[in-house]
Amino acid sequence: MNFKHKYVFLFPGLFVLIGILIFPIIFTIRLSLSGWNSYTPEMNFIGITNYLRLFTDDPRFWESFFRLSFLSVTTVILQYIIGFALALIVWREIKFKRFFRVIFLIPMMTTPVIMTVIWRTFFHESLGPVNDLLGNLGVKPILWLSDPVIAKFTVIIVEVWQWTPFMFLLLLAGLLSLPKEPFLAAAIDGASPFRKFVYVTFPLMAPISIGAIIIRLIEASKIMDTVFVLTSGGPGTATETSSFYIYIKGLREFQMGYAATLSFTYLVIMIISLTIIAKVLTKLMIKE
Amino acid sequence: MKTIKTCATALISALLVFSPVAYADKWSDQFPHIKATGDIPGECSYESMSKKNYKGKTLKINTHAVPVMGEPTALHAEQFAKLTGAKVDVTHTPAGDLYAKAMVPFQAGQAPYDIVFGFSNFINDWKRYLEPVPKKYVEMKQMQDVTPSHIGIASWDGVMYQFPVDGDRHYLKYRKDVIDNPKYQKKYKADTGKELRVPQTWKEYGEMAAYFNGWDWDGDGEKEYGSAEVMKKDDLMYAAFYSRSAAYSKNPKTPGGFFFDLKTMKPLINNPGFVEALTDWVAATKYVPPGGINFGLGDEIGSFGGGQTLFSFSWDDAFVAAMQPDSPINNKVGAAQLPGAMKVWNRTTNSWDEGFNQAPFFVWGWAVGVAKKSKEKEMAFDYLCFFANEANHQADIGIGRFGVNPFRNDDFKADVWTQIGWDKDIAQSYVDTLAQMEESKNRVFPLRVPGTFEFNAALATAAAKALAGQLSPQAALDEAAKQWEDILNRVGKDNVRAAYSVGVAMEDNKL
Repeated sequence: MNFKHKYVFLFPGLFVLIGILIFPIIFTIRLSLSGWNSYTPEMNFIGITNYLRLFTDDPRFWESFFRLSFLSVTTVILQYIIGFALALIVWREIKFKRFFRVIFLIPMMTTPVIMTVIWRTFFHESLGPVNDLLGNLGVKPILWLSDPVIAKFTVIIVEVWQWTPFMFLLLLAGLLSLPKEPFLAAAIDGASPFRKFVYVTFPLMAPISIGAIIIRLIEASKIMDTVFVLTSGGPGTATETSSFYIYIKGLREFQMGYAATLSFTYLVIMIISLTIIAKVLTKLMIKE
Repeated sequence: MKTIKTCATALISALLVFSPVAYADKWSDQFPHIKATGDIPGECSYESMSKKNYKGKTLKINTHAVPVMGEPTALHAEQFAKLTGAKVDVTHTPAGDLYAKAMVPFQAGQAPYDIVFGFSNFINDWKRYLEPVPKKYVEMKQMQDVTPSHIGIASWDGVMYQFPVDGDRHYLKYRKDVIDNPKYQKKYKADTGKELRVPQTWKEYGEMAAYFNGWDWDGDGEKEYGSAEVMKKDDLMYAAFYSRSAAYSKNPKTPGGFFFDLKTMKPLINNPGFVEALTDWVAATKYVPPGGINFGLGDEIGSFGGGQTLFSFSWDDAFVAAMQPDSPINNKVGAAQLPGAMKVWNRTTNSWDEGFNQAPFFVWGWAVGVAKKSKEKEMAFDYLCFFANEANHQADIGIGRFGVNPFRNDDFKADVWTQIGWDKDIAQSYVDTLAQMEESKNRVFPLRVPGTFEFNAALATAAAKALAGQLSPQAALDEAAKQWEDILNRVGKDNVRAAYSVGVAMEDNKL
């Protein structure tokens, strides 16, 4: 048998990989070196002009990037804390355990865009039920979507509501797979529930936690639909994120070349920063 | 007996001529949409279309989401299919994606759609991919009735690329039951020392809106507010800003550009006229309903049309919606030209010219064209001609959610509107408002240059920052002007100047 024949079986997978991953990246890089837009619809070569523009004359992209960092880190931390707490609750033997497990997962099963439309209706400042309820309690209307600071927290609320179940699911699966022996040993030693959590549960869960946090950070860093539907990046640019900004440049203003520059730069930044975050988390959470 | 027969015949004939039932014909029986008029003879009438045979052919249309423009497109597609035997596929697309959805295949040399709907200010970017409207349609009777302004908007350098199906302009809408109410006129005078009247200037508009903000002035148990405006950044807000700016910045003594100085191509959007308008607009955030800073066009229509505010200004839709029989403010609204200003910036003398100035804004509106690469051009133009035939047009303009607004001389007759239940004085004020705008010699037309989207988006972002309190009006507009300079450099000043000169010629009454 000719040993080289085994490579034939790799070709289908390789073709798919090239088609859906390698080619788009190469095409994006090439596009980023062009001035393709609505009035110059061609793959001309303009060198690094777009990159110079991005690094010297586009503070809006960097503002949106730092805003995105704030939103994604905040939402993922909150999702982790709440998701872990919920997972711990249903991990224990409680009544209606199965019922709660299903209930906690419902937000994740809903369609994000549709749910965001519903949230937008809830938070509508003059017609929505939230301010109406608060008004009945004597609280003045809150500018959920019109105040630059509050609007950020409204986005966080919606994101946390939508994606905490995902964190809950991963962490619950992790808890259910933990070995029983360390817990038995802690019980024999008379450890309190708090010490059991700090010295047994949390360290054992560290690898799973890191995985869950990284997965959610990757997803959160692409936040687009919530911002698009809820605030359109406003008021002003108060909730504009990188992906929303890239969408505006590419598909609203049709600056395809420049949008490709933004996309590729964003991809590189995300790969570097997520790698660093993963290493830092590993160092902090996993003790040798 | 003969006398009785003659009398009966005369009576029936009279009924047929003068009563609404008289319009019933074989076409309105089949197509109830035109029951008010029946078919109206013409080159693209129901009768004419029924003689066409497009069996076995498919027409593909990309249009806006339902209802605005999407609903009439689908309705007329269904009618067209029944009449001609054609198969018509209609795709509905959100407003923000209409441009890209057509532009991507255009640039790739494909024609997935025979007909593409968009906005009239796309014309500069789209014209090279669109088939000019054939002479036989340009010269037909129904086209002869289109106003010169709207012929100009649908054309480029004398060539018509977009088939007129809609006419748009911004004007003021107000609650007639408040402004014309003697009780409130007296109260307003007593409290402010000023007359309560249809606001003549933006300052008056602001004062009245602030006065009538946050209390129940129509006795429905709910709070009402001063004004509903399109303030949401990515939802056409730049058009609202241009409307507010026109009176302060469109000076009839300084022809040669509203957005740019045509000679130098220096952006004018940060001059004191525009800054004054943006300062007014920032103040307006205090008299819009809670959350009004996030109002898009749909919210504005719903807010004013639902009776929540005293004023509004934008496209016709809110007014027509307010005048529909099921509206809570049916026949309680009035129309007037956009407010003016008591001063206008003179960029030649670099100072304010004192005195009243008013400038109507012929904002862009719905537009539609046939793809140059389409293989069904004849059928596509027949469809568009059918869409806009007299019977369909008269039925469409009376339905607020359709987004089809007046663009024909016949639309400016009050009778058209009283027939659908409008009070005579309201109908008259409406058509007078539209006619005055047509007759004005100090008009502003939308920016239609290469990169229009970039210019408008930069302006909208800057204005949104000012409304949100992130920047002062002057700083925001300076930022926008700087971005406009950058865009000019990328696109090429000469390219933009060449395109902009067409719009300037229209504004300067040279076309």
